[in-house]
Amino acid sequence: MQETALTGGFTMAPQQSARAFRAAMNAMARPGVIETVEGAAPPAPMSIAAGVLALTLLDAETPVYLAGALDCPAVRDWITFHTGAPFAGREFCSFAFGSWSDLMPLGGYRIGTADYPDRSATLVVEHPDLRAEGVTLRGPGIQDTAALNLPDPGLMARNAAQFPLGVDFFFTCGCALAALPRSTKPEVI
Amino acid sequence: MDPNAERKTWMSLLARAPAQLLADLWAKMGDEPEFEWLRAPEIGGAMVRGRMGGTGAAFNLGEMTVTRCSLRLADGAVGHAYVQGRDKPKAQIAALVDALMQGPEARRIRHAILDPLGDKTEAKRTARAAKAAATKVEFFTMMRGED
Repeated sequence: MQETALTGGFTMAPQQSARAFRAAMNAMARPGVIETVEGAAPPAPMSIAAGVLALTLLDAETPVYLAGALDCPAVRDWITFHTGAPFAGREFCSFAFGSWSDLMPLGGYRIGTADYPDRSATLVVEHPDLRAEGVTLRGPGIQDTAALNLPDPGLMARNAAQFPLGVDFFFTCGCALAALPRSTKPEVI
Repeated sequence: MDPNAERKTWMSLLARAPAQLLADLWAKMGDEPEFEWLRAPEIGGAMVRGRMGGTGAAFNLGEMTVTRCSLRLADGAVGHAYVQGRDKPKAQIAALVDALMQGPEARRIRHAILDPLGDKTEAKRTARAAKAAATKVEFFTMMRGED
């Protein structure tokens, strides 16, 4: 096990994870809002915000899928030590971490069932640059419209069309995170 | 042979050690070494599972409270502890002992802490076994004439 695997967790877990959960919940409730989080120091190439989400949301009952560059021993060991979450393929995971291109295709993830729409995956997308501009968003939690620079609005719109089924997204970049639940409709031009 | 067998032995000893006894032994050691937390002590539950006769299907025996922590000494040795109960200082001492056992202090620690702990545990086990043995009933089957 590498040395980085043991460091970089929350130093005051109760307060920090509560704050991080509040930020994640706020981001999900108000799509397009960009929240700033802190407290985790995951090994490269994982961003701080993705690390905070991992520490806050993962436990022994949430299978995790790591895509592309994130699927390295340093990140795996770090997640195992700090959360105890098991690793799974994309078709069984509850949470998936990776860049947008590594996480595709979207069809491989669980979207829930009609009886249990919550049995779906949440994708944590490492985004090179997160800005509140670009694609126009409408839906619950948005007063009029919001904007976020989404990687592929067409695909997101098709995901939203499956509502109440579908996957949810977090976008992370450095310390910043934003979210796009399946209820939000991106405007496709 | 399991390369971690020795470490498992002392981890198991520390996990089951009475908190007061461990604290007393540790207090006699003198100054506490410098360390940083990797995982501050946290209390949680663990499901204890067993197999009837050691071979049957696994069943849940019951839940127990466990305290765990991890720390790193100034020289880089990492110590982990998973101990019975909700005593955080006990978990800290157990992790420190685990970390020190991997360094040059191992001999001293073994002599001052692990050996007395082992003796106490063994004495308690023997006393209990002796008490149980006193109540043992021997059954004999009498030979019957017709066989």
